[in-house]
Amino acid sequence: MAEQISTANAWPGNPADLIPAGRKRLGWGLLAIATLALLAIIVVQILYKTEMSTVGFDTWRPVVYAYVLWGVALGAWQVLTRGEDGQRALFLLPALLFTIAMVIFPTLFGFYIALTDWNLSSFAGRRFNGLDNFWQMLADPYYRNALVNMVLYVLAVLVEYVIAFGLALLLNAQIKARKFFRVVFLLPLMLSPVAVSWMVGKSLMEYRFGPAATLARHLGWDNPAFFSDPITARISIMMLDAWTFIPFMMIMLLAGLQAMSREVLEAARVDGATAWQTFWQVTFPLMLPVSVTAVILRIIFKLKLADIIITLTSGGPGGATDSVSSFIYREYRDRSNVGYGTMLAMAYLVIIVVFVTWLLKFASRFVRNVN
Amino acid sequence: MSVQTTDYTVSEIRSPAAFIASRVFIYGALAFWAFVCLFPIYWTITTSFKSAVDVTQGHLIPFVDFTPDWKGWRSLGLSPDSIFQTSTVRDEFFKRFMNSVITSVGASGLAIIIGSLAAYGLVRYRYKFAWFKNEDISFFFLSQLILPPVVLALPFLVLYREVALLDTRIGLVLLYTLMVLPIVIWIMRDQFNSIPVELEEAALVDGLSIWGAFFRIVMPIALPGMVAAFILAMVLCWNEYFFAALLTSTDAKTIPVMVASQTGSQGINWWSMAALATAAIAPLAIIGIALERYLIMGMTAGSVK
Repeated sequence: MAEQISTANAWPGNPADLIPAGRKRLGWGLLAIATLALLAIIVVQILYKTEMSTVGFDTWRPVVYAYVLWGVALGAWQVLTRGEDGQRALFLLPALLFTIAMVIFPTLFGFYIALTDWNLSSFAGRRFNGLDNFWQMLADPYYRNALVNMVLYVLAVLVEYVIAFGLALLLNAQIKARKFFRVVFLLPLMLSPVAVSWMVGKSLMEYRFGPAATLARHLGWDNPAFFSDPITARISIMMLDAWTFIPFMMIMLLAGLQAMSREVLEAARVDGATAWQTFWQVTFPLMLPVSVTAVILRIIFKLKLADIIITLTSGGPGGATDSVSSFIYREYRDRSNVGYGTMLAMAYLVIIVVFVTWLLKFASRFVRNVN
Repeated sequence: MSVQTTDYTVSEIRSPAAFIASRVFIYGALAFWAFVCLFPIYWTITTSFKSAVDVTQGHLIPFVDFTPDWKGWRSLGLSPDSIFQTSTVRDEFFKRFMNSVITSVGASGLAIIIGSLAAYGLVRYRYKFAWFKNEDISFFFLSQLILPPVVLALPFLVLYREVALLDTRIGLVLLYTLMVLPIVIWIMRDQFNSIPVELEEAALVDGLSIWGAFFRIVMPIALPGMVAAFILAMVLCWNEYFFAALLTSTDAKTIPVMVASQTGSQGINWWSMAALATAAIAPLAIIGIALERYLIMGMTAGSVK
C-alpha cells in the first residue's frame, strides 16, 4: 500500500544516503515476512470461521495484532531501505495506518451491512437483500421527518451565530473583569451534554417545579410545557444545544475581533461614521472569513447532534425532535435493526458529504465575492 | 494566539449621557448572559443538597429557602458521614469515573502523539502517496471531522464483537482517538507552521537527526500547542456519550452513560441525580477555569490568520 510513499527532500540537507545492499535486503525481507504473516493469519481465520478448517482463533483479535506488527514492519522497511526519506515517512505512517484501519474498513463494511436484512433480535441472522433497505428508507416518513428536523437545527445555527457575535462584541468592548466574563461564558461548553440535558432539560425546565417553568408562568405563559408540543419541543432542544455551543463560536469570533487592525476602526471614526455604520461597513465585512469558518465548523458539529435528544426527549413527541443520529440510535437500540439502521446512516453520510462539500465551495465563493 | 485586551481611547465616547447609557447596556448584557451561563450550574449544585420537598417546591436559595443537607451526596456515598462506610454506589461511581479518566486521557494522549507526528510531517516534508500529495493527505485527515458517529457506530459494534473489543476501555480509546485526531492535526499544523524552519536547519547542521531535531528542538517549542490540543481533546472525550452508550455495557461504562441511566423505579431521585451530574461536570469545569488560556488557544488555532 504505502510502497509509493516517497519524500522529496524539502531542505537542501544531507546528500542522498548511500544504503548498503544488505540493509535494503533486510528491509525487504522484513516487509515480506510481515505481509505474509498478516495474510496467512487472515486466511487461517477465514477458513476457521467458515468452518473449512479446525485451526484458528476464537476471535479476530490476532488479526489486529498482526496488523499492528505489519505496521511496525512497514516503518522499519521504510527506514532500512530509504534512509532519511524513510525516517520522514515515519512521521506520517502511524496516523495514516490508524485512520485507514479505523475508517476505511468499517465504512466499507458498513456499506455491506446496509445491503443486508439483519435484525439482532431475530434468529435468522444476516441475509443479503440488495437494495430493499434503500426502498424502505425512501418510504419511511420518520426518516424524512428527521432529515427535515436536521435542516431546522442547522438553520438555528444562524441565530446562534448572531448571539455569539453579540457576545464577542461585548467581550471585546472596554470592560472590567473581562477574564472573569470570558471564563464564565466559556463554561457551558465544558459541561457534558448528558448531564446538562438531565439537570437543565429535565429538572430546570420541569413543568411543575422547574425555575424556568415558574419564570415562564410569571411572564404570562399559562402552560409552560417545554417538551410536549412539537414546535416548542424543537425550540427547547435548539436552545439547549445553543447554550452549550455558543461559547465555541463566540471564542472564534472574539479572536477575529481582536486580530482586527485598530487603524481601520480609527479611520472610520475620524470620518464620522456612527457605531452602527462602523459595524456594518467595517467590522462585519472584515470578520466575514472568521465568521464563515466558525459557522461551518458549528454546522459540522450540529450535524452530529444526538446526545441531548436521546437523553431528553428520545425523539418525542412523536418524532418531532428527532435528529438523524438519534433516530438511527433508537432504530438500533429499541428495534435491533442493524441492517436498516446502517442503511439510514450510510445515506446520511452521503447526504452530509455532498452538503458539506457544497457548503465549502459556496462559502469560499461567498467570501471572495464580498471582499 | 491568546485573546488580549483591546484598549479603547476615550475619544470614541461622544457625550457623558451616551457613555453612561452604553455602560449600562454593556454591563447589563454581560450580567444577563453570565446569569444564563451560571444559573444551570448553580441549580445543579444546590439541588444535590436538597430533599424531595425542596426540589418539588422549587426552592432556590440555600439557608433561606431550604436547609441544605447531604442527601444527594450520601446516596453517592460521598457525604462526610458516609465517606468511610462501604458503599456499592460509590464503588460503582469510582469505577465509571476511572473509566472516563482512562479513556479520555488515553485517547487524547494517543491522538496527540500520532497527530503531532503527522502534522509535523505534513508541515515540514513533502510526501507522495500514490497520487496523493500533502494537501490530499491533510484533507483526508481533516475530512474525518464530518464523519458522524452514527456512521461508524454500527459497523464498529459488529467489528468490535469480532475482535473482542466490545465493552473494553481499549476499544473506546481507539474510537475516541479517531474522533479527536482531525482536531489535533488541525491545531498542531497551525503550531508547527508558526515555528521557523531555521531552528531545525541549525539543529541538523549541529548533527542532530531529523527525529532528534523534532524531539529536542521542535517539541519543547510546540508544547503549549500540544497542551491546548490535549485539553480540547479531553473535553470532547470526557463528554462523549454516543459511542459509550452503544459500545459499552458493564465493564467500560463511562460517567455520561451512568448519568443517563439514572432512572429508578419510583421516578428520578433529583438529589442523587444532581450530585452525580455535579461530579460528572466538576473535573472539566475545574480544568476549564484553570487552563482557559489553552482552551482558547486550541479553539482559535488556524481560524485567524
